[in-house]
Amino acid sequence: MTFDLSLLARYAPQLLKGLELTVVVWLAGCLLAVVLGFALGCALLSRHRVVTFPVRCYVEFFRGTPLLVQLFVAYYGGPSIGITLNAFTVGVFGLGFYGAAYFAEIFRAGFASVSAGQIDAARSFGIPRGSRIRRIILPQMLVLSVPPGITLLIILLKDTAILSIVTLPELTFQVTGMTIETFAFVEPFAALAALYWGLTELVAFLGRRAEYRLGRYLQ
Amino acid sequence: MRAAMSDLLHILPPSAFVLLLGLITTLAVSLLGNSLGLIVGITVCLMRLSLNRTARVIAAAYISFFRGVPLLVQLLIIYYFLPIIGLDLPPFFAAVIGLGACSAAYQAENLRGGFLIVPRGQAEAARAFGYTAAQTRRYILVPQALRAAAPALINEMILILKASSPVAVVGVSDLTRESQNIVARDLNPIKWYLIAALIYLAINLILARLGIAVERRLNVGHGAATL
Repeated sequence: MTFDLSLLARYAPQLLKGLELTVVVWLAGCLLAVVLGFALGCALLSRHRVVTFPVRCYVEFFRGTPLLVQLFVAYYGGPSIGITLNAFTVGVFGLGFYGAAYFAEIFRAGFASVSAGQIDAARSFGIPRGSRIRRIILPQMLVLSVPPGITLLIILLKDTAILSIVTLPELTFQVTGMTIETFAFVEPFAALAALYWGLTELVAFLGRRAEYRLGRYLQ
Repeated sequence: MRAAMSDLLHILPPSAFVLLLGLITTLAVSLLGNSLGLIVGITVCLMRLSLNRTARVIAAAYISFFRGVPLLVQLLIIYYFLPIIGLDLPPFFAAVIGLGACSAAYQAENLRGGFLIVPRGQAEAARAFGYTAAQTRRYILVPQALRAAAPALINEMILILKASSPVAVVGVSDLTRESQNIVARDLNPIKWYLIAALIYLAINLILARLGIAVERRLNVGHGAATL
């Protein structure tokens, strides 16, 4: 078993293109997941069952079913009800809707973890509701949401590999294409594993730094 | 030709039966993968906590790699790699090994918390009573760590069930794969993929309920033991 580096050099442009698409679809999906997840997380805190019940159903459905099956419903099922989406759109929205369900729970837990005493104190100081939310509750709940949020971002990064199954030409797709063209197996998959490993470790490292910076006031 | 085709459609088993077979395969592959993951996970975790530096480094690298690379990529690697080293296993077992290897990394991390909860004095007391290091692990540390980590381990089982759907790509006829097969035949993707999704959802909810029940039982046992 020999390791042919020139093979990787030859396919470097394709691999880089795949890597770029992986990162782009991940970032876009995460942006959607965070924004939608925040809205859903706030909705879960509502006192009205009319609001919480549908959101709860959404969260349970998207957390309880595999991403792959969700993607199949959207990508192969969409056209039969007149929604034809390309692989990239399905990737971004699939990842976004899936991640939003998890982010909703993270943000809800974040809100719930801000101690009631803080809110009472702010109230008794006469701080109006708007600044109470903006200056007391939000900063603390965001700091509390960062560690689980980063774990989720890493999970979503790894889940982008599944998008190759719905024909999005991202990193895994490019590498499987490369093995079919060259019959080489060791080099492409070693490169694939190394790239993902490097990427997730990089995100984890940045995440730890962000956690440290944001949590500094607690020390 | 057309007559032959319609005969074929009659011979083919009804979709519900096919889905049921797929569901059984999904349950089997996740359960076996999860069990393999627990055994390997305990080993990796003990290495991670060992006094031997080499063992610690190997375990840390194992955990970092298997948690850092997508499961789909791991499955593809195992699927293509086993024949190269001369192990020509059916896809089902390749999938079990893949799920197990990946799950082991997560379970090792879950168990680490469990092991750290067991007070140091217990291991020292066991050694003082003449237990060997292996006996201390077997009778004192592992049972308590398993109990402490039970909620996380049950959660991991639910995650594995859901994460197992990419095994469809390496040729295992699981629930996802069988729903694809049915869609290829009757061209109703929304219906069948949604049915598959709802089956996954139902199993997840049942497992979550079971998990809560098990947790409650273990806590009762735990309380009694410390009396």
